[in-house]
Amino acid sequence: MAQSAYRRLYVLSSRTWRDRAVKGVTFALLSLFAGIVVGVPVGWVVLTAFKERLQIFAWPPVYWPNPIRWQNFAEVLQKIPFMRFAANSLFLSVTNIIGRLFSCSIVGYSFARLRFPGRNALFMLLLSTLMLPGQVTLIPTFVVFQRLGWVGTYLPLIVPAFFGHAFFIFLMRQYIMTIPSDLDEAARIDGASTWSVFARVILPLCTPPMVLITVLTFLGTWNDFMGPLLYLSEYDSYTIQLGLNMLRGRFNIQWNLIMAGSLMAMLPCVLIFFLTQKYLIGGIAGVGIKG
Amino acid sequence: MNRLRRREAIEGYIGISPWLAGFLVFTAGPLVASFVLSFTDWQITVAPRWVGLSNYVRIFADDAEFYAALKVTFTYVAMFLPLDLTMGIGLSLLLNQKIPGIKVFRTVFYLPVVLSGVSVSLMWMWVLNPDWGLANTLLGSLGIQGPGWYWDPDWALPSVVLMGLWRVGGSAIIYLAGLQNISPQLYEAATIDGAGIWTRLWNITLPLLTPTIFFQLVMELIDAFQVFTAVYVITGGGPLHRTFFYMYYLYRTAFQDFDMGYASALAWIIGVIIMLFTALVFKSSALWVYYESEVQG
Repeated sequence: MAQSAYRRLYVLSSRTWRDRAVKGVTFALLSLFAGIVVGVPVGWVVLTAFKERLQIFAWPPVYWPNPIRWQNFAEVLQKIPFMRFAANSLFLSVTNIIGRLFSCSIVGYSFARLRFPGRNALFMLLLSTLMLPGQVTLIPTFVVFQRLGWVGTYLPLIVPAFFGHAFFIFLMRQYIMTIPSDLDEAARIDGASTWSVFARVILPLCTPPMVLITVLTFLGTWNDFMGPLLYLSEYDSYTIQLGLNMLRGRFNIQWNLIMAGSLMAMLPCVLIFFLTQKYLIGGIAGVGIKG
Repeated sequence: MNRLRRREAIEGYIGISPWLAGFLVFTAGPLVASFVLSFTDWQITVAPRWVGLSNYVRIFADDAEFYAALKVTFTYVAMFLPLDLTMGIGLSLLLNQKIPGIKVFRTVFYLPVVLSGVSVSLMWMWVLNPDWGLANTLLGSLGIQGPGWYWDPDWALPSVVLMGLWRVGGSAIIYLAGLQNISPQLYEAATIDGAGIWTRLWNITLPLLTPTIFFQLVMELIDAFQVFTAVYVITGGGPLHRTFFYMYYLYRTAFQDFDMGYASALAWIIGVIIMLFTALVFKSSALWVYYESEVQG
């Protein structure tokens, strides 16, 4: 017994120099990849956004903007109603977040806690829709909205959020399953109804998945291109992504302005990501495991 | 008791009713409708006209663009999936090391995942600009003549693959979670038995990671068939149809030509293809996915 423990210690310690080498190499590789893969393209966007027009086509190439031209951002704001587009996108994001938080939490709770005939079969159905390619329903959904007279309004981009979202329902259900049901039962004994258990006991404990749904919905809505492309036609109702696409056409080859616009569109995503990355990375990873 | 049960069941149905209604209106209904529409000729402004199988016949018999789109999409999937898988696992192995600042690295590599849409397409368009982009500028300073990227028929599709791989951090984070679920005792025991790094990787890490690989493969497969924004913004399907992705063809047929019947047939064909591939991955999983619980009983 003692001998094997000794042998174990010996074997493990003889490997520490190697572990150190592995860690050193890891650090070097990660720094290199992070720099080249992520830093370089994003850095190029930032640098270009501050350059003068002549500098972006200079030869030999100019890497650092000189002088720093803040004017680019002002020009973008001037030439297209950028703030209007951003406000539209924000409006869509917020309504989608409200819709999804409401619908996904209540559906997730019902799947996790309430017993009803066909529950498992319906849950399997929900999971199988995760694997349904979106192409197939794209056209008839458009036709439905067209028949309703909703094309050209925000409704097709908002209303579906209030009917849940398979992946987020799955997320909520998995999370609620990990909450001990003693809590529900105690509240039940005190006379709480199903819905007040949901609202007063379960929901307050669901911060992690709710944050995850909020952030992912924001990113999804803010970055969505095809939805607004299909359903919005009026200039004033354009979202940020449609605005950027227009920017490309309007500014032709003025890459400093195009990059200034792109940077402004990316900024809220980066900001929200850094504020919530703990929930985001942990939460998404957790789903992969359970799935 | 029975009454309580019934009440709970009713509440359950009420609780899931938003999803159920949404499923019927936005999924099941459209699914059936697009199947029916695929047998019609429908130029949106006039009423649909039943044409039987003729859309499908036309697609398979003489639609060169259909085959071009299939070829591009399949080539993309065949290039992207293996690269995403190996790079994702490789990166996750690095991100699993206990070194200072590892959380910062995880955050940095995940950043591209939260950036998407038109802004990222514009970014790549500029970075890979053949004359003034950063990539060719840097290559030029090394004395290498960079390619034409999106504007070169041979490089256009690899450039879209490159764009997809930029987001490999998303896959890596999922694999990382799989890695962290592997018991450290297994590694310790193997080390004592004299197993080196590669033996441990091949005999412990990879087998125990297969459930995660399976999950990720299914998700990435479905995603890989849906490339759209980059094509719409950057290449418009060109040059020479080399980035003519299926989703772009579908969009053009349905929403620019308003040939809804034909587009529905196109949609069903790709839908069935994706489902067949997914089913294939599921079927094959018995051969290569290893679930620990099977052995432990």
